[in-house]
Amino acid sequence: MRNKPKVLWFQAITCNGNTHSLLCANPSRLELFLNSFDLIYHPSLTTHTNLLDIIDSEEKIDFLLVEGAIPDNSDFFSISNKPVKELLNKLVLKSTYIVAVGSCASYGGVHAKFELNKNITGVQNSLDTKLQPKLKHKVINLTGCPVHPEWILQTLFIIKSQGKIHLDEEQRPIELYSTMTHHGCLRNEYFEWKIEPDSFGTKEGCLFYSQGCRGPMTKSSCNKILWNGVNSKTRVGMPCIGCTETDFPRLNMLETTKHIGIPAEVPLGVSKRAYLSLTGVAKTFKINRLQDKLIDYKDR
Amino acid sequence: MYNYFSSKEELAKYAIKYSTNIIAIELREVNDMDISSKEKIFVFTRKYFDNVKKSPEIVEYFLRVYLSNREVFSNGCEGFLCVGDFVTEVMILLEEGAKNKEFREQDFFTAFSMFMGALGGFAFLSGENVLEKDVTEYSDGIADNIYRALKYEE
Repeated sequence: MRNKPKVLWFQAITCNGNTHSLLCANPSRLELFLNSFDLIYHPSLTTHTNLLDIIDSEEKIDFLLVEGAIPDNSDFFSISNKPVKELLNKLVLKSTYIVAVGSCASYGGVHAKFELNKNITGVQNSLDTKLQPKLKHKVINLTGCPVHPEWILQTLFIIKSQGKIHLDEEQRPIELYSTMTHHGCLRNEYFEWKIEPDSFGTKEGCLFYSQGCRGPMTKSSCNKILWNGVNSKTRVGMPCIGCTETDFPRLNMLETTKHIGIPAEVPLGVSKRAYLSLTGVAKTFKINRLQDKLIDYKDR
Repeated sequence: MYNYFSSKEELAKYAIKYSTNIIAIELREVNDMDISSKEKIFVFTRKYFDNVKKSPEIVEYFLRVYLSNREVFSNGCEGFLCVGDFVTEVMILLEEGAKNKEFREQDFFTAFSMFMGALGGFAFLSGENVLEKDVTEYSDGIADNIYRALKYEE
């Protein structure tokens, strides 16, 4: 690989959320990225050339970053009157590494729910079958809505230095998606003692019990690599909506599905029997420090 | 006795854990069966009444000692601590029934009381020797009442 690998950012059906996220990266990290890679094309940024010219040229691409879902019906969405799938596959032919940036590019995301075009999907499922064996590296899925900017940068830097990155069964980098959102959540003590918050937006209480938080069953580094370097959804009182998992988006995302008051889903890898045993014991005790508002509690 | 238990309270706690565990193991076996939740209620109720008949002291201990002398169990046996294994199995039975739409959605404790209230109350009647028939002969009738109290309604 040359010293400054070429990066092309291709957009399909997208809300621009991942572009927005990238541009919100830590400034020094973004600067390092721009100094270390040659961003030859991004539809939202001024570049020296346009997409069709690159496709028609002999130019090779080191990293093809795809944002957005891929439709197979041009009646709904096309780029310069050309089918998105056709453009994508032409770009893939020229590329060494393909990174699906965000949930839509990874598996279709919210757009896959569009009922008039049933075949809106992610990059992996949009590749020509003949192309698949020619790929040097599996398509890398960076799920998330949006993806954390640091996940994009770390992925690119790891591949730049190592030439490969280890992926999980969903083709996500293990380094970034092996932990749960739950890991590092400041509310874990409330989870342990089964204490619910009174309402949305409070500092106290675990959001898993009634507000639909998917932290214990969602793989992400959201509470390990903090957003803007300072915070995360769950830390500020917004439940994790599981946007890095392929069943996102689900219905009623801010409600915990329960049956006779018992959560329908329990933390990943934990048996329901084990979970309920612990719950029964934990709920037996009333911990005043955790029942009160943090700011009001006085040691007594 | 004090070689094994530091106090009568500790012995009492051990006894409730022991007796509850017997029932918990039976309900766990029923929960693991590949049958409907309705059938589980009927199978477990039969097992429970068999226990009432064969080992009345176990259920009697729960009713006449554990429930009536809460102060003995206030330290280290609060809430569900000593009966947790059984309560967990009841949770699993109820949750799976509701998930499969055999039982209707309701608060856990209201459902729990329908289940345990009927079983415990009938064991009490058996202990008082007021029943006209053998306690096991009432099993399906009680199970049917429990099921009707829990069942899903369109």
